[in-house]
Amino acid sequence: MTETIELTISSKFDLIEIVSSVTKGATERTGFDEDTANWIELAVRESVINAIKHGNREDPAKRVDIAYTFDETELTIVVRDRGRGFDPARIADPLDPENILNPNGRGIFYMRSFMDEVEFSRHADGGTIVRMTKRRTELNGNG
Amino acid sequence: MAHLTINERTAENVTILDLDGKITIGDGSVQLREAVRKLLEQGHKNLLIDLGKVDYVDSSGIGELVSCYTTTKNQGGQLKLLNLTKKIQDLLSITKLLTVFETFESESEALASYGG
Repeated sequence: MTETIELTISSKFDLIEIVSSVTKGATERTGFDEDTANWIELAVRESVINAIKHGNREDPAKRVDIAYTFDETELTIVVRDRGRGFDPARIADPLDPENILNPNGRGIFYMRSFMDEVEFSRHADGGTIVRMTKRRTELNGNG
Repeated sequence: MAHLTINERTAENVTILDLDGKITIGDGSVQLREAVRKLLEQGHKNLLIDLGKVDYVDSSGIGELVSCYTTTKNQGGQLKLLNLTKKIQDLLSITKLLTVFETFESESEALASYGG
């Protein structure tokens, strides 16, 4: 049976710990192993940091919505900010030798590394939507 | 409450920073940056960061380690890493940063690597 959790936070970094607790609950209910759950938690964390920092420009009055949908086979997380949006194609590759020592620019790379799908889109009322899915691959024999 | 505790000690000509907690956006990253900046100002150029008790790092934390490395190197110093957890090793590895940092599992080997 599909279950959902939705939460909305102000754009404050210290609220991310609460988001992480909810992510842990969702990964547990989906049935992920501990390692996978840790990486999903990191991916959600990176997405929420981006929403607060780059999307909402750390304006605490602007909200970030996080929605979890899951069953025993996969978990999808949708994160929405209220920012002006960005073009994901223009993000620098952190593996490019000239970027290796850049202190920034690894968040989206980690999200893409640890999730099966990561899609960016624009919300009709403004803001960026990040949709991430992780499947329990052990259930269909792919890993 | 601080998310990261940093204890400093000296062994031979190296300042070791024993980190305990999280290096994440906000507290942990800022604390680490300040600690390294202060040590460099005081003339301590050989730095070894013990990550054995760091249970969580995000991309900001990884970025801070890179930043500390670059700052130290630019000031003629050396910053190396000790006791990487599996998670930190994975995060450094997939972003090719293991090719940048000198990392050690043994403190004595790390200390010997700085030379006289």
